[in-house]
Amino acid sequence: MKYLDEFRDGRLAQGLAARIDREARPARGYALMEFCGGHTHAICRYGIEDLLPDNVRLIHGPGCPVCILPSGRLQAAIALAERERVILCGYGDLLRAPGARGDTLLKARARGAEVRMVYSIDDALEIARAQPDRTVVFFAIGFETTTPPTAVALLHARREGLSNFSVYCNHVLTPPALRALLATDSFPHVQGGVTPCAGGVDGFIGPAHVSTVIGSQPYEFVAAEYRRPLVIAGFEPLDVLQAILLLIRQLNAGQARVENQYTRAVQPEGNRKAQGLMAEVFATRSRFAWRGLGELPDSALAIRPEFARWDAERRFAMTEIPVTDHQACICAQVLRGAQRPQDCTVFATACTPDHPLGSCMVSAEGACAAHYHYGRFRQVRL
Amino acid sequence: MCLAIPAQVIEVVDAEHALVDMSGVRKRISTALLDTLAVGDYVIVHVGYALSRLDPDEAAETLRLIAEWAETAGDEVPG
Repeated sequence: MKYLDEFRDGRLAQGLAARIDREARPARGYALMEFCGGHTHAICRYGIEDLLPDNVRLIHGPGCPVCILPSGRLQAAIALAERERVILCGYGDLLRAPGARGDTLLKARARGAEVRMVYSIDDALEIARAQPDRTVVFFAIGFETTTPPTAVALLHARREGLSNFSVYCNHVLTPPALRALLATDSFPHVQGGVTPCAGGVDGFIGPAHVSTVIGSQPYEFVAAEYRRPLVIAGFEPLDVLQAILLLIRQLNAGQARVENQYTRAVQPEGNRKAQGLMAEVFATRSRFAWRGLGELPDSALAIRPEFARWDAERRFAMTEIPVTDHQACICAQVLRGAQRPQDCTVFATACTPDHPLGSCMVSAEGACAAHYHYGRFRQVRL
Repeated sequence: MCLAIPAQVIEVVDAEHALVDMSGVRKRISTALLDTLAVGDYVIVHVGYALSRLDPDEAAETLRLIAEWAETAGDEVPG
């Protein structure tokens, strides 16, 4: 496919890796966090860590919507799915995310609930139009990338007066999560035998497709207030390697700027039309408890009162159902970059993608699942 | 979740929809998040929605820079 294959060229990747090896100063460490699960997946899938010198380390961030979905809200969705006449629709991985005592939406489906995996929210709208006698609820999760389609669907539902359709809104915002990571000193020195870097994380690989929507401006505080460079990068291996090189160059020069490597898709101002649609439909929630990160102020979106008829939370008086996560699970530390998947005692033993105990093992973008699929034999000497 | 893939517009269906080609797969997508599109344009598609345009000139420039850096990897380190 054009615009994918060129950015996966192995020879150029080797060349960029050689360049990184040359420019990274042996006297210091470079701890770089990729915020997005999309980057985590690309880094693991293409073996990017193996191309880097030992003093350049990548730390996985919390940017995986399935991973950070509060389990109490997931449990509320499972309860909703089991109500009579409800058809609950959601994106793929979400259906396998563990709620209370390992319950999932897929298990609810096995018990007889009508849970459907859809590719697009438009498919859920279509189900609602075709089955007016059923109550169709779309379980919306995701960062700013996935939010504009939900806004468009809600506007369609209102225009059509589609009364049997509603949305359970769990959309979250990237900049507040970045701020939360920077504001706490939970930025730890990840174990791994490398000299810890001052202040934990030295720089960020910034989101690809979130940035197509919000642009580069919302990240300025990372550079201005916290003096960390951030480079917005595409999700292909050459994009990631180029972003790492740009971060190393900034750090070598003592700079902290927001840079854009993904210029083919990201404009500084983002997608204004999408931003307008989101503002029309959603308002900021004052508090939202992220799985792993805890309560973060102004970090999530709720449906505006004007759209109350299509807001499942209001319509079905949904409340969070408290859930205790599995005691052996260290997802909370993994999501903060404080521990690595392989540090977890249940990693790849009791917790696998087929039977995830924690949310990071569910989606291919979760740090644990990505490491399970692509990296778990890296350290094994044959 | 935020995965989005490049696709080429092969038919503009109406003001909010287009038919695109994704690696040989034809799919109807929503273009409600973008202003006017023309046949031949490249877009990035996420959950059935075109999220942004893909700029061919910027893509070429990024690849040119990558190739330049990759091929001069043995040269002296700048500044």
